[in-house]
Amino acid sequence: MQDDPQPGEVIGAVAEFLRRVVASEADPLLAFQARVAINALEMVRRQLELAPAAAAGECRRLAAILGRAGDLADLDAEFAGKIASGELDLSTPGVADHLWATTLAKLAVDQPGYAAYRAALAERSEGAPAPENKT
Amino acid sequence: MAEADEISAGRAPESGLESGLRRIAARISADAAGATGLRRLSGGATQEIWRFDLVTGAAPAPAILRRAPGGREISGFAVGPETEAALIRAAEAAGVPVPPVHYVLRPEDGLGQGFVMGFVEGETLGGRIVKSEAFAAIRPLLARQCGRILARIHSIDPNEFPSLERTEPQTLISRWLDAYRATARPRPVFELAFRWLARHCPPPPRVLHLVHGDFRNGNLIVGPDGVRAVLDWELAHVGDPMEDLGWICVNSWRFGRVDKVVGGFGDLDDLLEGYAAAGGAAIDRAAAKWWQVLGSLKWGVMCAGMAAMFRTVDPTVERAVIARRASETEIDLMRLLAG
Repeated sequence: MQDDPQPGEVIGAVAEFLRRVVASEADPLLAFQARVAINALEMVRRQLELAPAAAAGECRRLAAILGRAGDLADLDAEFAGKIASGELDLSTPGVADHLWATTLAKLAVDQPGYAAYRAALAERSEGAPAPENKT
Repeated sequence: MAEADEISAGRAPESGLESGLRRIAARISADAAGATGLRRLSGGATQEIWRFDLVTGAAPAPAILRRAPGGREISGFAVGPETEAALIRAAEAAGVPVPPVHYVLRPEDGLGQGFVMGFVEGETLGGRIVKSEAFAAIRPLLARQCGRILARIHSIDPNEFPSLERTEPQTLISRWLDAYRATARPRPVFELAFRWLARHCPPPPRVLHLVHGDFRNGNLIVGPDGVRAVLDWELAHVGDPMEDLGWICVNSWRFGRVDKVVGGFGDLDDLLEGYAAAGGAAIDRAAAKWWQVLGSLKWGVMCAGMAAMFRTVDPTVERAVIARRASETEIDLMRLLAG
């Protein structure tokens, strides 16, 4: 078992360094690139924190829809193929909920500030049960 | 990326380009005695953009040079600088606000392929256009203005441009489906969107029109008085005019203002009214939605394709981050198709 600090903590410290030392640089191009790097590190940190549970949920839902167990990449490829062929669509029980839950979980990692994601969370919390893995 | 374009200003100019512009200054403008202050505004993949000043008897006249990368080859679906300059001139004649084209580079200039146009003062950053107080008064009028401008663009005779690609909705689906299949992994949301597009595909347009191809917030110069210029004509082609009306409604260019369907600044009704008032064809709203779905999916496929570019030719942080923006289009597509 690796010692502390954990990867997310180290990444946070590097992002903080970039924010305090590099992004405050006078050169606007370097400052911009530093902000891009900070955003990339924060995305990775969110992925380390959220992706294991999100992937487990995705795998479980896919297994229920497809009626078989398997690893996530295999199940997702089969699922995508069945959407493409029309064998499965939004009217198939579980499909719309799965696509929503999976997409919301991806956005929670990639771009939690994206306005359409915030809007979708708000819309779906009125009435529909809250999506899994939401931040 | 627009932000990076703007702040990368001041990069060291390519040696020889400024002296070359000085040499041909009188060809660019009869009253110009020289050229100074060359600086790079952007490092786009298909175009270089440079700003400089023409030295005239009066005040210096700011100008823009658009040039093929390194002055050479054009890639992808871009039309090439000579055609782009001709498109801008035709647009001006049709009443579209554009920068004036001063001069198209000739082989004997020794500066590669490109053209020089006048500098238009104003804002191009979409985020500022949708949020800044400076545009609060004009924002409610922009969608109608965009509708009028698009009607004028679509009034340009496509037969003047025989070299431009002719597209049909069905062939566009196939093209982007191929591009998506070439990416590394399957995406159920994209599959759903392709399936929906195929099922709802509009027929080929009865009349082919000139299509700008990248008419969106980010390619407009906006001042407190409204749209001052339409930029980036390099993706122009001939096809269904609804493509332009759908593209400016794609959520990726709303800069956080998801409720303002048109570019993050306006409403669809205003866009369509402006379009009809300026002589544009009657609009089928279902078709507008189809083109919006295709637009989101197209941008999503482009982002997804960035992962391969990151792993091969361009291993930069920016490229990695853009690749991960494909999921933004997945939520946009979900809201369009399963909302």
